[in-house]
Amino acid sequence: MHPRGHARRILPGFHLSLGITVTALSCIVLIPLAALVAKSASTGVGTFVEIATSPRTLAALRLSFGAALLAAMVNAVFGLLIAWILVRYDFPGRRLVDAIVDLPFAMPTAVAGIALAAIYAPNGIVGAVLDPYGIRVAYTPLGVAVALVFIGLPFVVRSVQPVLEELESELEEAAALLGANRLRVIWTVLLPPLLPALITGFVLAFARGVGEYGSVIFIAGNVPLVSEIAPLLIVIRLEQFDYAGAAVVGVLMLVLSFVLILGLNLFHASFRRSIGNG
Amino acid sequence: MTVALSIENLRKHFGGFEALRGVSLNVEPGELVALLGPSGSGKTTLLRLVAGLEVEDAGRILFGDVEANNLTLRDRRIGFVFQHYALFRHLTVEDNIAYGLRARPRRERPSVAEIRSRVGTLLDLVQLGGLEKRFPAQLSGGQRQRVALARALAIEPRVLLLDEPFGALDAQVRKDLRRWLRDLHARTGHTTLFVTHDQDEALELADRVAILNQGAIEQVGTSDDVYERPETSFVCGFLGETNRLPVEFAGGQVFLGELPIYGMAHFNTPGPGSLYVRPHDLQVTEGGTGALSGIVLSVRRIADRRRASIAVPGMPAAIETDISSGFAPAVGERIGLRIMRALTFNEAR
Repeated sequence: MHPRGHARRILPGFHLSLGITVTALSCIVLIPLAALVAKSASTGVGTFVEIATSPRTLAALRLSFGAALLAAMVNAVFGLLIAWILVRYDFPGRRLVDAIVDLPFAMPTAVAGIALAAIYAPNGIVGAVLDPYGIRVAYTPLGVAVALVFIGLPFVVRSVQPVLEELESELEEAAALLGANRLRVIWTVLLPPLLPALITGFVLAFARGVGEYGSVIFIAGNVPLVSEIAPLLIVIRLEQFDYAGAAVVGVLMLVLSFVLILGLNLFHASFRRSIGNG
Repeated sequence: MTVALSIENLRKHFGGFEALRGVSLNVEPGELVALLGPSGSGKTTLLRLVAGLEVEDAGRILFGDVEANNLTLRDRRIGFVFQHYALFRHLTVEDNIAYGLRARPRRERPSVAEIRSRVGTLLDLVQLGGLEKRFPAQLSGGQRQRVALARALAIEPRVLLLDEPFGALDAQVRKDLRRWLRDLHARTGHTTLFVTHDQDEALELADRVAILNQGAIEQVGTSDDVYERPETSFVCGFLGETNRLPVEFAGGQVFLGELPIYGMAHFNTPGPGSLYVRPHDLQVTEGGTGALSGIVLSVRRIADRRRASIAVPGMPAAIETDISSGFAPAVGERIGLRIMRALTFNEAR
């Protein structure tokens, strides 16, 4: 038996695997998110809008999304560079560098946060160098971005690396023999095929940055309206037993993240189609 | 005599491996020269040195009277076609072909309209008119290689270098493209150097064939020269199908064991040597003097010929011989073979 209008699949497994997927996705993702939305809705429209448009909420959201975006952009550039070096050059300690890239994945984020706070504080190793120039990193929005760069880096490197490995050096040779200078080779031959993977890495780093909590709170200083991130605001509301207030911020983050990531994925898909291997 | 490309005593090693041990070759304007050799013979290394993709250890390369060392990759103006096409996947056929023209510095760059018309001409030349908006992924292997060729021709190269251009294609397409490339070369007349390990391709296409072995050129000559008048035993054994018989030279005669089997040797130096005989230069006889005799192992058909393997006592391998269609020896039958034509070399190998 098979549904009318569908080609019969020779290899079995579609219905079973779809069933398992939907069940797992529901238990782990959809039901908790629905509960979150339900909780925030219980406050009523008036209160929802009031909490959503309060200066403190808006400042926290702006910081979380802004810093995550900035950090993801920085990571896109440096992550690409690191992936390039790891793939194209063989140097002593290459495997070591390769392993270090994954450390932000493995380390407890609080440890990273405390370490960053210690070296970027005005009396820390790096902070002491920057302080005379009036650059303050710890306890400012800049510090938030620094922490997010740290935890987002592996996403870009690991997304780009396999694609870069597939890219034959013959392409560069062909372009150079046709008369293209190095900059043109990078811009017209290397970057376009890497772009989909780069976008994937960017989205992952960005998504991680938006939700990041542990590593940020130590370096951010958490000054309301200045360096307080949205996830922290949620925790503060919870500690005040303001569950509805926490849920409202949570839903706002959810919706914003979803829209941004969906948008990037759609752009990604249309780009892949446009180069004929979608 | 003018020379379009001269290669003088080129050497190159990679680590402990000597890829080229002093290679010299002159290519005349408009000539199509094939570099033929087994894998590891250095033919691709030679091509990459001419292109400037590797740097030689010693020796020099001249384009006409311009020393290649002084030229950047752009100024060398080499049209290079890779075995695996190396097309830019994210660009259309049109943009691939125009790549070299658009990469020129602004003052030398043709106008947009001029580029379009050049691309159109090239597309017609490689018979791909109408496919300019396709992406490489939407083309067959043969079509992709023709795009790669058009892209290389677009920069009006001094020399066209083809690295196993048909190596990744299936047999029928290879044959078609071979003939097509021959015609194209006759029309456009680019000085061309191409690498192949397929001897049929080299012999059919090239004006001259250079045969490489272990980083050195063994012989350069026309297809007839290298096939019919090989200068070294390597060339003789490498081209076409041959039987190698370990023989002894004495008194100007060729002996296989005790038997004189073939008239006079080319030289008078006594000692061990090799005799090379092609399957079609053996004739089946009733036995008698000057003939080998052996047992038929198998008979099989190869296109328009029939080929028999004969086990001859004292031979390291079975002797391959062509047999006429009227004659059908049974497996196990004893037959005699007379050597009609052969080549002898006196080094023991």
